[in-house]
Amino acid sequence: MSARFDIGETVKVRAAFPPGHVRTPFFVRGKTGRVTAVLGPYRNPEELAYGRPGEPALPLYRVIFETAELWDDYRGAAQDTTVVDIYENWLEAP
Amino acid sequence: MSKERNDETVLRRHHDMGGLPAGPVGQSEHDYAPWEKRVDAILRLLADPKRGVITVDELRRGIEDLGPGAYDEMSYYERWIASVTNNLLEKGVITVDELGRRMAEIGKAWPAGVGEEKKP
Repeated sequence: MSARFDIGETVKVRAAFPPGHVRTPFFVRGKTGRVTAVLGPYRNPEELAYGRPGEPALPLYRVIFETAELWDDYRGAAQDTTVVDIYENWLEAP
Repeated sequence: MSKERNDETVLRRHHDMGGLPAGPVGQSEHDYAPWEKRVDAILRLLADPKRGVITVDELRRGIEDLGPGAYDEMSYYERWIASVTNNLLEKGVITVDELGRRMAEIGKAWPAGVGEEKKP
């Protein structure tokens, strides 16, 4: 499966809240970040978690966020960033 | 505002707590108790690609499904073995009856537990 996003691209994390095992942390859902690495295809952990094969494999991306945009009450430095690995099914064009 | 908080409580699962207040993080090194090493070994044997009995993703799902009470009260490896147990029950590797009888036997043989093994 070829990766839909490239390094440097801005991506938005889906603001989705499905039940079950979810591998995208709550605090980045609905937020916008930038791809810093394409880590390759991995079997879908949200399927593997239920004993299924997890195919097709999904591209996994390393996405960087401005930390102050993740939390309204963030009191750290303005230039702080937060990096999260996110599977392609959770990302969309902004 | 309370409506917003209620919505979040419904949407956000208990374990997914990034950014929420959670108290200080213990930073001292500690040894693993023998039973914790055994739990680790059991998981590795079951998840070995040759056997493929469970995946680490199933382990994590089982830990999340323990629910807030058990999740908070159990230690790290207690959560692991509880999840492994539930996964093996789901898959029919062991049965509830078999497990219950064996636990009762061991409880009789070791009424005071297995010595000074402790939580981390």
